[in-house]
Amino acid sequence: MIELFKNPNYDFIGKRKWAYYVSIAFTLIGLTSLVAKGGLRYDIDFTGGTLVQVRFEQAPSVAQIRSSLSTIHLGESVIQRFGDEREYIIRLPLAAASSEEVQKRVQSALAAGGLGKFEIRRLEFVGPQVGRDLQLQAVYLVLVGLVWITIYIGLRFDLRGGVAAVIAVIHDVLVCLGALSIMNREFSLPVLAALLTIIGYSVNDTIVAYDRLRENRGKMVPKGRTFADQMNDAVNQTLSRTILTSLTTFFSAAVLLFFGGKTLEDFAFVLFVGVITGTYSTTYVAAAIVVDWTRYVEGRLRRSKKAVAKA
Amino acid sequence: MPRNLWSRVTLVAVVVVLSGWYLYPPKRTINLGLDLQGGTHLVLGVEADKYVASQTDRAAEDLKATLERKGVAVKRIAREGDATVVVELASPQSWNDALTAAAELQNFGRRDEDQAAGRFKLVMSERVVSRLRDDAVRQGLETIRNRVDQFGVAEPTITRQGSDRILIQLPGIHDVARAKALIGKTALLEFKLLDERVSVEEALKGNLPDTDEILYQRRVDKETKTERKIPYVVQKRALLTGAELTRAEVQADPNSPGNWQVSIEFTATGTRIFGEVTEQNVGKHLAIVLDGSVYSAPRINERIPGGRAVITGQFTVDEARDLAIVLRAGALPAPVTILEERTVGPSLGADSIRQGLIAISASAAVVFVFMLFYYRLSGLIADVALGLNLLLLFACMAAIGATLTLPGLAGIALTVGMAVDTNILIFERIREELRLGKTPRASIEAGFRRALRTIIDTHLTVMGTAVILVSFGTSSVKGFGASLFLGLAASLFTAYFFTRLLFDLVYMGRRKVEAISI
Repeated sequence: MIELFKNPNYDFIGKRKWAYYVSIAFTLIGLTSLVAKGGLRYDIDFTGGTLVQVRFEQAPSVAQIRSSLSTIHLGESVIQRFGDEREYIIRLPLAAASSEEVQKRVQSALAAGGLGKFEIRRLEFVGPQVGRDLQLQAVYLVLVGLVWITIYIGLRFDLRGGVAAVIAVIHDVLVCLGALSIMNREFSLPVLAALLTIIGYSVNDTIVAYDRLRENRGKMVPKGRTFADQMNDAVNQTLSRTILTSLTTFFSAAVLLFFGGKTLEDFAFVLFVGVITGTYSTTYVAAAIVVDWTRYVEGRLRRSKKAVAKA
Repeated sequence: MPRNLWSRVTLVAVVVVLSGWYLYPPKRTINLGLDLQGGTHLVLGVEADKYVASQTDRAAEDLKATLERKGVAVKRIAREGDATVVVELASPQSWNDALTAAAELQNFGRRDEDQAAGRFKLVMSERVVSRLRDDAVRQGLETIRNRVDQFGVAEPTITRQGSDRILIQLPGIHDVARAKALIGKTALLEFKLLDERVSVEEALKGNLPDTDEILYQRRVDKETKTERKIPYVVQKRALLTGAELTRAEVQADPNSPGNWQVSIEFTATGTRIFGEVTEQNVGKHLAIVLDGSVYSAPRINERIPGGRAVITGQFTVDEARDLAIVLRAGALPAPVTILEERTVGPSLGADSIRQGLIAISASAAVVFVFMLFYYRLSGLIADVALGLNLLLLFACMAAIGATLTLPGLAGIALTVGMAVDTNILIFERIREELRLGKTPRASIEAGFRRALRTIIDTHLTVMGTAVILVSFGTSSVKGFGASLFLGLAASLFTAYFFTRLLFDLVYMGRRKVEAISI
């Protein structure tokens, strides 16, 4: 039998004070980057605009493409290499011209620019209404997801657990968004899907730990084990599962990131970051908050009992 | 050996056979999204307000005609906003006659009456407005479906989205620009008389009667490619529209070689009206107007009885063909605008499939090897279960006709990672029981039982999120949610039921189990 950990008994919960600092630090770094860069970089899915993916027969330079597009006056275009050196993505902001007009102009400008033969492989146009709708939808999806999780955990376990799990999830979402911002990646529809997956994943992990805690508390609790100790036991008992699952999911995300192609790169990136922070947040955000919350409640109970006894 | 073992084996066998049946042959059974097979996804916004406005205009015209017939002098009848007609009488004396005439417009209610000034408003009721808006979208959708069918696209999807949007998916289409032109054209064909009492010069200066308008004919010089616009003064009132049309065919233009024309044929009513119109207006010019542009304005030489006409306009054969299609399918009740477009070329789609499959295979391979290495025989069992999981997932997609998109492929790659979690949970639990000194059989039993609750909890939460994605998300997010949901449902079945069965087959059959390879 290969075992990662033989009867692990690490003091995870005891070090939660430090972990709080770490969580806050990471969240703050992400938020700082978000604020400094004036929010996320949204894909045209959310801002509206036109995206053209072009594959040239001979590799052009960004400058060449830019100069050939400069004649069409469609606003500030963003030109990015996409995958190998012959493939580029051109993003144009929303223009007064119709989508057909924009496409026609781009096509003729590229043809006139002396860039050789090219093929338009993808074309996306998102109008202002749709962009706004999708923005709303993104917020809506995340909120409904969070509500669902709070309700589910609140019913299956308790409210404390539900709230703590959701705080952990919010932490993960913020860290992912921060990472996106730091790496200058874009927030697109697939990234939204990845974010929602991470929400599910992070909760998954948390539930495994909660489940174990509840099962243990159903049995005889050895005398002198505080709630914090019991939580620590639960985390330790599920440790090898947590690490193994994180590893396999992490591998899956890594494979997507490195072999999934350019289109899925941002998506995979969020999963990649999310799996790490999701695993971390189970113990150090969700479990830690439940422990401190319970201590606080129990402490107040004890104090009020004392007060009653004195009186 | 447990008594129900055989029934469980049978169940799994049935599931596998069913999956195979649904999946065969895979190229035909799995619906590929447009991002994978190439094609165009369009969201059109129907300007339903314009349809309401046009109906209000019609009501105003009717009222004007009725009042004229009754000899009621009118200062002004005009549309205000989309659904209001303002009526101003020349004198308050004819107030009662006007009210009787207005009462004939059943969809409108009277407001802001001012008898002394001889003024009132007719407002369309909310109920009628919303019915008309709905009609505009429904008819628009039908018309577009007709056009697309005639254009010849394999398996198009045309559905309504929300209250005033139409979603169109055209897989594997090559000439996107042409398809868009065909779909988006309003195709309102009108026959209007030129007003030859007003000179074009005067009209361009702005001296134009209320009942007239200036429309242009576009002429492209084929050599210099420059466009000329020729103005015409036409009467606003259409004598006949494309609604009275039965046939539209492409013909070679006999007067201009290399160009094509569309010959049209009217319905019985159309033929009668056309005959009358041509009879009454011999010597005048009749403009053929399509979507506000004049195509030609031939002189009426004599009464035309047969109900036929031709539309000329330097068309290429494709243009003529598309024009014939839109005329046959009918006009859109209201103009549409493209709100969203996503077009993926076939080569990119093929690349995406390849990359997606590589990603899935690679992540599956990593997980397979890892499980085998770490859990030995049990790992092999988990791997077989994972294989079944993927089979089930694809079969479910085929069975319910779900669409596989690129994010969907990512969802599957992810499911592989998460499905194996269920096995890990069970195996770790069995190991724990073994450590406690239980017998192998008891450990398997307890391991599965104890892990079950956790497994259900984890699956339900993530499946819940997947349901949210499918129900509130659009296109790519939906595809991702669908494959995630199905993958997890399959994993619930395989990891718990199928893995358990394999364990039972391996270990329960023997009399005495010494150790578990886990």
